[in-house]
Amino acid sequence: MTEPLLSVRDLHVHFATDDGVVKAVDGVSYDIGPGRTLGIVGESGSGKSVSSLTVMGLTRSKISRISGEIHFGGKDLLQASDDEMRHIRGEEIAMIFQDPLSSLHPFYRIGDQLVEAVQAHHKVSKAAALDKAVELLRLVGIPQPKDRVGGYPHEFSGGMRQRVMIAMALINEPKLLIADEPTTALDVTVQAQILELMIRLKAELNTSIVFITHDLGVVAEMADDIAVMYAGRIVEFGTKETIFENPQHPYTWGLLGSIPKLDANRDEPLIPVSGRPPSLINLPSGCSFHPRCPYVREAHKKVEPTLEPVNGDNEHHVACLLDAGVRGRIWDDLREGKRPEEARADVMAGEGAA
Amino acid sequence: MSDRLSGTAATDESRAAAHAGGGETLYEIRDLKKHFPLTSGMIFRKQVGAVHAVDGVSFDVKRGETLGLVGESGCGKSTTGRLLLRLLDPTSGSIKFEGEEIADIKPKQLIEFRRDAQMIFQDPYSSLNPRKTVGSIIGEPFSIHGMKTGEGERRKAVQELMDTVGLNPEHFNRYPHEFSGGQRQRIGVARAVALKPKLIIADEPVSALDVSIQAQVLNLLRELQRDLGLTLVFIAHDLSVVRHMCDRVAVMYLGKIVEMAGSDQLYGHPRHPYTGALMSAVPIADPKLAAVKKRQILAGDVPSPTNPPPACRFHTRCWKAQDICHQDEPMLEAKDGGNIAACHFPMTDAEVLERVPTSRHV
Repeated sequence: MTEPLLSVRDLHVHFATDDGVVKAVDGVSYDIGPGRTLGIVGESGSGKSVSSLTVMGLTRSKISRISGEIHFGGKDLLQASDDEMRHIRGEEIAMIFQDPLSSLHPFYRIGDQLVEAVQAHHKVSKAAALDKAVELLRLVGIPQPKDRVGGYPHEFSGGMRQRVMIAMALINEPKLLIADEPTTALDVTVQAQILELMIRLKAELNTSIVFITHDLGVVAEMADDIAVMYAGRIVEFGTKETIFENPQHPYTWGLLGSIPKLDANRDEPLIPVSGRPPSLINLPSGCSFHPRCPYVREAHKKVEPTLEPVNGDNEHHVACLLDAGVRGRIWDDLREGKRPEEARADVMAGEGAA
Repeated sequence: MSDRLSGTAATDESRAAAHAGGGETLYEIRDLKKHFPLTSGMIFRKQVGAVHAVDGVSFDVKRGETLGLVGESGCGKSTTGRLLLRLLDPTSGSIKFEGEEIADIKPKQLIEFRRDAQMIFQDPYSSLNPRKTVGSIIGEPFSIHGMKTGEGERRKAVQELMDTVGLNPEHFNRYPHEFSGGQRQRIGVARAVALKPKLIIADEPVSALDVSIQAQVLNLLRELQRDLGLTLVFIAHDLSVVRHMCDRVAVMYLGKIVEMAGSDQLYGHPRHPYTGALMSAVPIADPKLAAVKKRQILAGDVPSPTNPPPACRFHTRCWKAQDICHQDEPMLEAKDGGNIAACHFPMTDAEVLERVPTSRHV
């Protein structure tokens, strides 16, 4: 296996608030190889954004307590000084945010903002930087880039603004791009345009991408590997194909069952995950998914699961206390369209017989 | 494949006829328009133009069905929803509810009408008054309509409602901020069903919710519809959610309906190129299926509704557009397979199969 570009080890990000310590990220580890796309999925509050903001050094503050290691380009980013981070940010690691309207400064021309991004890292003339800006705007598919470079953000539509954001992120040719819900605020047709643009650019520039989203459809189209996060931890990690065809964690099953499928029988009700996400201040004991898990056993309320390879497969990890054979039987049942209660009853009956 | 599509054409047509003729009509919308004036000048305001938000839509809603309204932002679907309840006054057109015209009735009669027709809003944060308890929010429809006036009686009614929508009735005295997004949306649902309305207009009811919570609320809406015999107008931009919820779907583009059909027909064989492009754009949570389909990507953005393109409004982005599309506006008419679409060059079965992922599964 090639050397990973980014390697996150046992990352914890806690925030001390008046109400208590919020454990936003609680022991996350992952690697991204060069040119790969990692999709991080999870609900709001699962820690997917905070873990990525921490990679960028954007969660440093008086109230945050960060521990672990983030290896990138031979350095541990958590040990880097603010000054060093400023050099890395925008130059080697860039980020695209969800809301393109609030991420662009409304008073400055698009061109000036792009020029600033170049000049922050390179000693080049304004004219040269502006040429680069026009080139990037053309690359991301903005028509008449020479004229539009003098425009203000409000003169661009939502999709066009997101293209500008992508241009700004890529202008220094970063090795890693973090995209935090980049298409959530856009219409499906525009989303399709942006996703296609990102796929094309990734192929051209060989950038690694961390793609954060709650939309399983988007992740199915964009990612090579997928990390499913729940309550500040990764509960399942694997290639895209594995996660969709052979998911092993009850929460992943829940997510897959929650979305209406375009090819499903419309009369079937959806199978939601019951309950709601836990408070990050007061995490449930043992497996933090246990209060919502249909297959929970008494022991799971006491023991914390760790990410373990599934059947010795080093590419597929899951943090679940259920026996691998049991998980396999449940997934087979769910795939046949049985409801979680039925799957649970089947497994119980099987164990009773044994 | 095309045999299969044309083979079902006859039954589809009869189905189209069925929902044109059979079934009791609850709502009858004819040539509904809403133009928002654009003005200039500080003291002497004069109108310089208008945003054609809704520009002549006609459709029927049958009792007990779920009708979906879909389209991109700015297509007029939410404005249509608000016009249907007279939360906005139409510029022109007719809205008949159970045969009675409501487009121009007086406020007093409107109150009567709204006992039968309610709304669920998109944002469960801004649609609940933060200074009122949940009990008084859900009980407010009763006080507006002077029903259940006794203290104990109203409280009991509210608690029953809370129980119906899956909220703990003991949380009667809590404030909205003490609830999560999904629970707040349940409060909105309880308020909407309080008066046992005949019709509910749900404007993007699950867009602000996480997927697992979204599924809970969708299931709730379907259960309530079944139990209370509700008619639903479901406005959303998420096509998979709309397919799951709706019996019939109308697709809007720049203030007009461009295609209307039963859900299975529409998703199985869209005829309008815009519908096809919308469906082709939906990301599919299935890597295998995603790999085989050819994506139809629409270039550009939606044109401004202030100055919509002439004739067919979609011609500026349409991959099938020809000269006639710039000159003659196509009318809504029945196409192959029973879909009602406004297009000179509707998509053929072969084009549908190539581009639309859902066509393989119907």
